[in-house]
Amino acid sequence: MRSETMTLNMGPQHPSTHGVLRVALELDGENVVACKPIIGYLHTGMEKQAEYKTYTQSIPQTDRMDYLAPLSNNLALCLSAEKLLDITVPERVQAIRVLLTELTRISAHCVWLGTHAIDIGALTVFWYCFREREKVLSIYDMVCGARMTASYFRVGGLAMDIPAGFLERCEKFVDEMPGHIDEYESLLTKNPIWLARTKGVAPLTAKDALAWGVTGPSLRGSGVNWDLRKAEPYSGYETYDFDVPLGKHGDAFDRFAVRVAEMRQATRIAKQAIQRVRKLGEKGEYRLRDWKYVLPPKEEVKTSMEALIHHFKIVAHGFFPPVGEAYHAVEAPKGELGFYFVSDGSSRPWRMKVRSPSFVNLQALPVMVEGKLVADVIAAIGSIDIVLGEIDR
Amino acid sequence: MTDPRDNPFRTLAEQAPSRPAAELAMPMSEEDRLRDELERGILFTTVESLVNWARANAIWPLGFGLACCAIEMMAIAGPRFDVSRFGAEVFRGSPRQADLMIVAGRVSIKMAPVLRQLYDQMPDPKWVIAMGACSSCGGMFNNYAILQGVDKIVPVDVYVPGCPPRPEGLIHGIMKLQEKILTSKIELGPFPRKKKRKVAAS
Repeated sequence: MRSETMTLNMGPQHPSTHGVLRVALELDGENVVACKPIIGYLHTGMEKQAEYKTYTQSIPQTDRMDYLAPLSNNLALCLSAEKLLDITVPERVQAIRVLLTELTRISAHCVWLGTHAIDIGALTVFWYCFREREKVLSIYDMVCGARMTASYFRVGGLAMDIPAGFLERCEKFVDEMPGHIDEYESLLTKNPIWLARTKGVAPLTAKDALAWGVTGPSLRGSGVNWDLRKAEPYSGYETYDFDVPLGKHGDAFDRFAVRVAEMRQATRIAKQAIQRVRKLGEKGEYRLRDWKYVLPPKEEVKTSMEALIHHFKIVAHGFFPPVGEAYHAVEAPKGELGFYFVSDGSSRPWRMKVRSPSFVNLQALPVMVEGKLVADVIAAIGSIDIVLGEIDR
Repeated sequence: MTDPRDNPFRTLAEQAPSRPAAELAMPMSEEDRLRDELERGILFTTVESLVNWARANAIWPLGFGLACCAIEMMAIAGPRFDVSRFGAEVFRGSPRQADLMIVAGRVSIKMAPVLRQLYDQMPDPKWVIAMGACSSCGGMFNNYAILQGVDKIVPVDVYVPGCPPRPEGLIHGIMKLQEKILTSKIELGPFPRKKKRKVAAS
């Protein structure tokens, strides 16, 4: 008997591809013979555009890369530029950055969980997850006036100080969040349909995950203990007390379990960060006092000639890093997010390269689904948590 | 006071000029009362108002997200903003079942033909909302990769500013679209046939 394979085109407009991913599947009946992700439908040219902008002007672009976790992207760019300039920000700024990026992790995982569950058919979870995400977005709104595209971090500090009542609001959220995570788990963790659709589905061995450069929860779901917050700490993460949740089998369920456990750990870190900020003062230093790199405070600009000149120089040109290159990576909700800058001594980067976790993690999709059933492709795409804005940039 | 006749849906009682005050004051006979009751149960309207009313209050958007704005588009269906209050919560996965395309995000040159094809696949009547700066005019990405405004390839009914617009902004855009639909002319019945070709007089 002769059988033919069929080519199925999934996307770029498909409800389960999380944006504009296109996957060309070669099917033999229900089985996937070959899977090829085709990207580029959201290519925005951000890396090229960064060469025409100063370092600070590139921060708003990073919000629009992984738009589920804008502040993690801001942080990666700022840390990378700070490495290039060889400056360190005050401890209070570091604590605020840690607090906000951990809240970002919670909100990013909320979107992931909601959409992943919708893909598999559990529609209810979406409403629960978006309820909590809205709370994080109101915290962003409070701190910088934007719900999604925050652009709150600056090279050398923050755009402005945290507003009054901010810490109480964060504390309230962090206190009630574990209860909400229990709600998500009560909907899914023991749900037989959920287990049938995720247990043993889209497995990724630790060896394959390492070979494909997979990072983040997708790597830890396969049991590899690699978290940049522990392995290469930044922003004082080495002083926080938290665990790195690990999976065993590397299937879609383990990746789900790791992310849910990560949300709990994020609330733990955020709680410690709130205490730290409170100890260092609810109002206080929010940027480096080095006017070569950051804007001087407005009152000084109006009273001191030197500060005025610095203000003018920063606004007109930005800062001038020395000739050289720097790479700094952070543990974004999706994995290792790194910014690589090459500086030629001018105020604009000669090259900005983004090492985006979604792009690298997506490469492991064929390994997960080839030889498996076509229905599991959707569970696999959901479980690796990709954002097309970050893949195509 | 607005003229009750401006209301597209009016009962016969509202339609008819009111009776003289002297007559109203008199006790009503059983027959008059019955007639009044019946007249209140009959609605008068035009087919156009009825069709537009139905269309405006059951907009089915295409579930088609491009970038950041798509997340805010999801948020309007979420618990806080709940767009089902405006009858527009039924996001369809297929363009064949949708009447509204919300272009949520930046449209790259590679995506443009796909977007146009999706638009062509949607059945008439159909509307387009350009959500956010990128789909309205290219936004902050004025470069080689991004289409400078989706109105270059599809007709746009409502532009929603913002980067990304807040969900309230998008809901306002949907309400503006509803206003537009309510005042639009409809085409009924068989679509105009092709004109018979005139036989050239020899």
